[in-house]
Amino acid sequence: MQRSFLFRTPSTLIFLGALALFTIAVTLLSDAFGAGVISTSFVKTLGKTLCLCLIAVAMDLVWGYCGILSLGHFAFFGLGGYMIGMWLMYERTKDIVTASMAQADIPPTPQEVIDAIGTQIFGVVGSSEFPLVWAFADSLFLQLALVVLVPGVLALVFGWLAFRSRVTGVYLSILTQAMTLALALYLFQNDSGLRGNNGLSGLQNLPGAGDIPQSVMSIWFLWASALALGLGYLLAAWVVSGKLGSVIRGIRDDEARVRFLGYSVEGYKLFIFVLTAVIAGIAGALYYPQAGIVNPAEIAPIASIYLAVWVAIGGRGRLYGAVIGAGFVSLISTWFTGGQAPDLPLGFYTIKWVDWWQVVLGLSFVMVTLFAPKGIGGVFDLITGQRAPERHGADLGPDKGSLQEQEALK
Amino acid sequence: MSTLLEVSGVSVSFDGFKAINNLSFQIGKAELRAIIGPNGAGKTTFMDIVTGKTRPDEGRVIWGDKSVSLLKMNEAQIARAGVGRKFQRPTVFEDQSVFDNLLLALKKDRGPLAVLLYRRTAGDREKVEQLADEIGLADHLSRKSGELSHGQKQWLEIGMLLAQEPRLLLVDEPAAGMTLAEREHTTALLVEAAKTRAVVVVEHDMEFVRRLNCKVTVLHEGSVLAEGSLDHVTKNQDVIDVYLGR
Ligand SMILES: Nc1ncnc2c1ncn2[C@@H]1O[C@H](COP(=O)(O)OP(=O)(O)OP(=O)(O)O)[C@@H](O)[C@H]1O
Ligand SMILES: [Mg+2]
Repeated sequence: MQRSFLFRTPSTLIFLGALALFTIAVTLLSDAFGAGVISTSFVKTLGKTLCLCLIAVAMDLVWGYCGILSLGHFAFFGLGGYMIGMWLMYERTKDIVTASMAQADIPPTPQEVIDAIGTQIFGVVGSSEFPLVWAFADSLFLQLALVVLVPGVLALVFGWLAFRSRVTGVYLSILTQAMTLALALYLFQNDSGLRGNNGLSGLQNLPGAGDIPQSVMSIWFLWASALALGLGYLLAAWVVSGKLGSVIRGIRDDEARVRFLGYSVEGYKLFIFVLTAVIAGIAGALYYPQAGIVNPAEIAPIASIYLAVWVAIGGRGRLYGAVIGAGFVSLISTWFTGGQAPDLPLGFYTIKWVDWWQVVLGLSFVMVTLFAPKGIGGVFDLITGQRAPERHGADLGPDKGSLQEQEALK
Repeated sequence: MSTLLEVSGVSVSFDGFKAINNLSFQIGKAELRAIIGPNGAGKTTFMDIVTGKTRPDEGRVIWGDKSVSLLKMNEAQIARAGVGRKFQRPTVFEDQSVFDNLLLALKKDRGPLAVLLYRRTAGDREKVEQLADEIGLADHLSRKSGELSHGQKQWLEIGMLLAQEPRLLLVDEPAAGMTLAEREHTTALLVEAAKTRAVVVVEHDMEFVRRLNCKVTVLHEGSVLAEGSLDHVTKNQDVIDVYLGR
């Protein structure tokens, strides 16, 4: 028998330990439960970052391990946010509407309440009717199910069509970008039923929890995000540690060879694509209540490209690399673009980071791709002394895995 | 002897160039066969057709006792039906250990769910170790296969082929880049394998083909030029003209 996978991959245990320590430390330093060193808004930023780390784990699974460069996973992330957002907004508005109607002389009929909620929510887009997609908005359970189902089904349909016709490489990436763009454009429309470019807002207020201050709520969400990241990481580590991990890494390196071994490559890709879309959806459902608002701009194609950049900088093909990349890059991005970073006067020109940060990020992506393909995670290899297989000479064939001059001579 | 694979009247062209031209070929259930022929004769393309990589323009490819057509199946289904293939260039998963390469090839349920829940048993471990022993890689099980020498990669691929337990082995130039001793070992492996299954070997090296000591098919411009024992075909004037005489 094999030893349990946890002991074969010590990095998983180390990561879970670090995550637990981090969460406890933030709690002890927070406004609500401790020293008050960390402001509530920063606790929220950290909680959101954990969600971004979770979607980075999904991205690493689909790209770093299975070789599918999806540039559309933020669509699934956004959809997860929309699904939970519908319930949050509906219930919260219902609370407000019922409270205000309670002052009236005649108690309102249920239909009047629903109409009032509709007017409240859809007034901004000049409507008051509930569109069909809101049919389950009054049920937390069903909306939670949709957090998983909507991204899952979209990924299933999209993946089935794309993988079946053997679209790979850059063409697949373009296709995933087209998918995100189409979804974003659809959501931007006022009659999409999801409030157009206003998106869903006020999500930070949990229905029926008005008495709980945001400082406490932010800690609850931090813990929930940490738990989700921990579980997601554990699941991903388990998936890649066994034989399935071996198959998908085989697909990444030489998909035709895996086919000739009798594995249906399309089925495996679809499995990974759907699984990671679901993880992304869950990450989004935890992220947006902390952000307070979800709108179509969140699904813009560029968001998914950033995701790939985080994973590349952190080091793809290793889960902790993805987490480090997402955490590190998104946090310093917030710092630079948030106007906190001091300007850099050069005499003839003053570098304002708000404008220049994107350029720096783009350059670092290029540098990492060219000079440190293993990313930040590669540092850990130096520590543990692992090295890539020694290869000699130039490639003889066109493919990556092809044998090299000096090997052939041996 | 009953036939395992029957290829009849198969043609395929690439941009108007006929790489395979009305080719017919048969092989029995436990038979060793060598295919020789000049560069570009269509030997690799023939394997591509049988394994589903290339679709022929016309012709039939009939497989097994139930006489099913391989043309209706995709690569993975054909592989599961029992056709194993070794490529001209050694293709192993360089980033994975020798052990993992062999385990990946081991005959098991290939469905994603079964693979996800797969737990390695002592029996599987033993099988892999035994295979590694056969191909002379027992001491290298934990090494990444990208570090192996060219000849060792060739063997690893042959080992992966055997691990699949196929009924038909298609082996494209197995001896390229091997030393003499390695070649002899390879011959022994293939001859042994052919006792219980069909083995088709493509090879340029005549000495190697001679040691295989089996029926030979000569391909030229996409069709069969001659067939028979090595001595028989090497006396054939056509064969001398297009292949041996050069
Ligand atoms: N996918 C393809 N597209 C276009 N032409 C092809 C393709 N595959 C093979 N050919 C051509 O078909 C012919 C037969 O090629 P094949 O690789 O089968 O030859 P071979 O007998 O294996 O030769 P070698 O001994 O060099 O390996 C060659 O002329 C080759 O250029
Ligand atoms: Mg060839």
